[in-house]
Amino acid sequence: MILFNPNDLLAMVPELYLLGATFAILLLDLFLEPDQRGITHWLSLTVVVLTGVLTWLDAPAQGQAVAAFDGMFLHDGVATVLKLFVLITTAIVFVYGRGYLRDRKLFIGEFYLLILFATLGMLLLVSAGSLLTVYLGLELLTLSSYALVALNRDSPLSSEAAIKYFVLGALASGLLLYGMSMIYGATGSLDLAHIHAATGSHRTLLAFGVVFLVVGAAFKLGAAPFHMWLPDVYQGAPTAVTLFVGSASKLAAFGMTYRLLEGAVGDLHPQWTLMLSLLAVLSLAVGNVFAIAQTNLKRMLAYSTISHIGFLLLGFVNGTPAGYAAAMFYMISYVLMATVAFGMIMLLARAGFEAEEIDDFKGLNQRNPWYAGIMAITMFSLAGVPPLFGFFAKLMVLKAAIDAGQLWLAIVAIVFAIVGIYYYLRVVKVMYFDAPREDAPLALPADNTFRWALSINGLALIALGIAWGPLFDWCSHAFTIVAETTR
Amino acid sequence: MPASHLLSVLIWLPILGAVAVLAFGRTANTARWLSVIVALATFVVSVALWAGYQIGAPGLQFVENLTWIAALKANYALGVDGISVALIVLTAFTSVLVIIGSWGPIDKRVSQYMAAMLALEGLLIGVFAATDALLFYVFFEGMLIPMFIIIGIWGGPRRVYATLKFFIYTFLGSIFMLVGLIYLHMKTGDFSLASFAQVHLSAREQAWLFFAFLLGFAIKVPMWPVHTWLPDAHVEAPTGGSVILAAIMLKVGGYGFIRFSLPIAPDASQEYAWVVIAMSLIAIIYIGYVALVQEDMKKLIAYSSIAHMGFVTLGVFIALALVRVNGNPAGARLGIQGAMVQMISHGFVSGAMFSCIGVMYDRLHTRMIRDYGGIANVMPWFAAFMVLFAMANCGLPGTSGFVGEFMVILAAFQDSPLTALLAAFTLIIGAAYTLWLVKRVVFGEVGNAKVAKMQDLDTREWIVLGAFALGVLAVGVYPKPLIDLMDPAVLQIVQQLGLTKL
Repeated sequence: MILFNPNDLLAMVPELYLLGATFAILLLDLFLEPDQRGITHWLSLTVVVLTGVLTWLDAPAQGQAVAAFDGMFLHDGVATVLKLFVLITTAIVFVYGRGYLRDRKLFIGEFYLLILFATLGMLLLVSAGSLLTVYLGLELLTLSSYALVALNRDSPLSSEAAIKYFVLGALASGLLLYGMSMIYGATGSLDLAHIHAATGSHRTLLAFGVVFLVVGAAFKLGAAPFHMWLPDVYQGAPTAVTLFVGSASKLAAFGMTYRLLEGAVGDLHPQWTLMLSLLAVLSLAVGNVFAIAQTNLKRMLAYSTISHIGFLLLGFVNGTPAGYAAAMFYMISYVLMATVAFGMIMLLARAGFEAEEIDDFKGLNQRNPWYAGIMAITMFSLAGVPPLFGFFAKLMVLKAAIDAGQLWLAIVAIVFAIVGIYYYLRVVKVMYFDAPREDAPLALPADNTFRWALSINGLALIALGIAWGPLFDWCSHAFTIVAETTR
Repeated sequence: MPASHLLSVLIWLPILGAVAVLAFGRTANTARWLSVIVALATFVVSVALWAGYQIGAPGLQFVENLTWIAALKANYALGVDGISVALIVLTAFTSVLVIIGSWGPIDKRVSQYMAAMLALEGLLIGVFAATDALLFYVFFEGMLIPMFIIIGIWGGPRRVYATLKFFIYTFLGSIFMLVGLIYLHMKTGDFSLASFAQVHLSAREQAWLFFAFLLGFAIKVPMWPVHTWLPDAHVEAPTGGSVILAAIMLKVGGYGFIRFSLPIAPDASQEYAWVVIAMSLIAIIYIGYVALVQEDMKKLIAYSSIAHMGFVTLGVFIALALVRVNGNPAGARLGIQGAMVQMISHGFVSGAMFSCIGVMYDRLHTRMIRDYGGIANVMPWFAAFMVLFAMANCGLPGTSGFVGEFMVILAAFQDSPLTALLAAFTLIIGAAYTLWLVKRVVFGEVGNAKVAKMQDLDTREWIVLGAFALGVLAVGVYPKPLIDLMDPAVLQIVQQLGLTKL
């Protein structure tokens, strides 16, 4: 029985605000003419930023964790960090996507509303303290995402991607639910903390459930061999949506994986570690090897995501706060890199032209050295070359794997990192070493906010490469819980 | 020790200079002048470092230590001993010459080229100054990025192949080293080289670490059989890229052996020294023969570089046997000193040889030996320089090439006369390929009508080759200041070698 305590509402002020504001925008957007869509854009951006500010103000003190609504909703450091980055990436999606959507006649209120609802789902998901809230958040996120992928409904590619995403996503949700039912059957509780306390008995049934939880999480993260949907969805969705699906929702998927595996069945760590190690190796192999063969940049980035998820999972094998901190740090670094990469695709795209083939970047250095530089930084960072951010993220997860005594896993990871270097360098190669198809300087979109944001996003990869200590400390502190209270 | 930020200045001045060149070098000449000014300023600071370095004072000097990543106890820690000072001055010196040398030949996207060169200079100085393993690794890997761009944009026809091979090959080597460094961090809790050198490691751990480091540094040096990226990279790189590659980047490998392999895994280094010595001897003899049959001048010098770097690794690893098996620290000192002198000398000689080839290439746009002949008739000054550098390349007494090789052979003789004998083959093979090259290119009748029209050196080329010639002769005639500079550091390494970590 859920006892309602008014103080519990304080723990979810940002979510309540976002929910209210989203409904307000929904109503307002009904009365806007198509040429007034800018209002929706700026309002949505403001709402996301304000939600971020509220999350910041509402953050629990360091080391404090609050379980509100009888444990349904967790208010702790992990949730705060993930929420802030989810909101930052959502704001980035709005800023980057505007011109791109307008050129494609997709500049419609639905884009903003679906993303706002998905964001709400993500905020719930990363704060979930019960299997029910996990599922609630997840479905809010994924149902909105299916619709977003199909946003360009006249495009067969887009519709195909959406159907694929929906069918496989529904399957994954089904598997996850099945796993949850096993866990419920074994422990008699939906509350993650209660489950954690009750994992002593019915180990076989629990292990059975854990398998399905891992599969469900792997689907949402995009770890091989549950990665099939990823390349098609990335390629088929409008790039602004790909950016959203490929960045913000990965953070949420990380949050879900952490809540389920550590929060609920942390004691079965030896069992799921082995499964995650296998997933990691497979993802590294599939992602890196298949990416080499791609000529479409969005597909290449999709396979690159799979390989990065492989790296991310290395952080989980230790099952310690330090390992999770490394994994979260990795996810944040990946998301910041992916936003630049997809942002560049949108920067080069024009009305009637998608710059999503790798060859579209040919000779970019001659046409616009600044943005070629930004893209090169991103590629080197994705490849894990110091002194860029991506290297240090790899360093920390490798360290987590080595600390866990999984030296072989670290070595497999770096061998595939070497394979991965090739396709990132190929993008740098076409930009710098090949002659451009057209000599005219790059026609930049008029949207100054987009250009500035993209440049800052790219330069952040250098800045965070030189001074990543504070961000990492923040991630580590998020996982060090000193006091747990139930309001 | 007075607090001084000379090392930070040396690292960041060229890197910030590179940013400035990118930002303000709108016309080619602005970019050129700006980069020459930055490079000269860096060189002046490096001379100030040399002048301020107190020979004989114990420990590292110009130490800087700031917390970088508190969570890992990784520090922005810099400090130099004599060996580092010598290499830093060499880096700053060569960079100035490279930038002057690229004045004419590089005419497209000049600001990017100059910026890449300056950034590379800063990163290389960082490699020689870092005393924190993570910081070292960042510089060590970071320098691949500008070099990748330099070969890829301004290189020859097969530049894309060469630069990808260069990048992936060297990345492959160093990333295993990273695993080794993380492992050591797990043992010690920080990344400082000093604590890495003190931590106790079992024979098995040392062996793994030794081979991880060996892979990383052997590829950088490069040693036979992991040298295959070098001829490609050299042939396709623009002249300036080749000079930096041969004169400085290869030295990072040799430097890594004495900073990482020897102090961290001394027992494994001793156990497997024979592997390195054998690889060095193969490099000296076999690669020498390979150089003999080359038709491309750059390839010939590239192979000759591999052979000469064989002396560096030979000198370093022969020292282990001398200290530990023969109890002969004086001989070990000679070996390491020889190796270090050889590094500096090879910096001058190979840089000069590649510059000479660049001078010819700028005129006829070919690197094939058969396209030249009788250059002495039309370019007497050039011929004089080329012959001088060729003599240094063969190790003629009076040039820098002689000193290092002679010291290493002397040291090798104290360990095993057979090793010394094999190493001494270089005197014959080196002379053979170098002199034959000179004979075919410089002497004889004028080869063809194009050669007959070649102009002698202009002022800019004079400055570059003249400066290299000064370096070659100075080290060759009076190597004492250089040896004195490096001696305390060498002595310390030799003392460390005597201590087992088991």
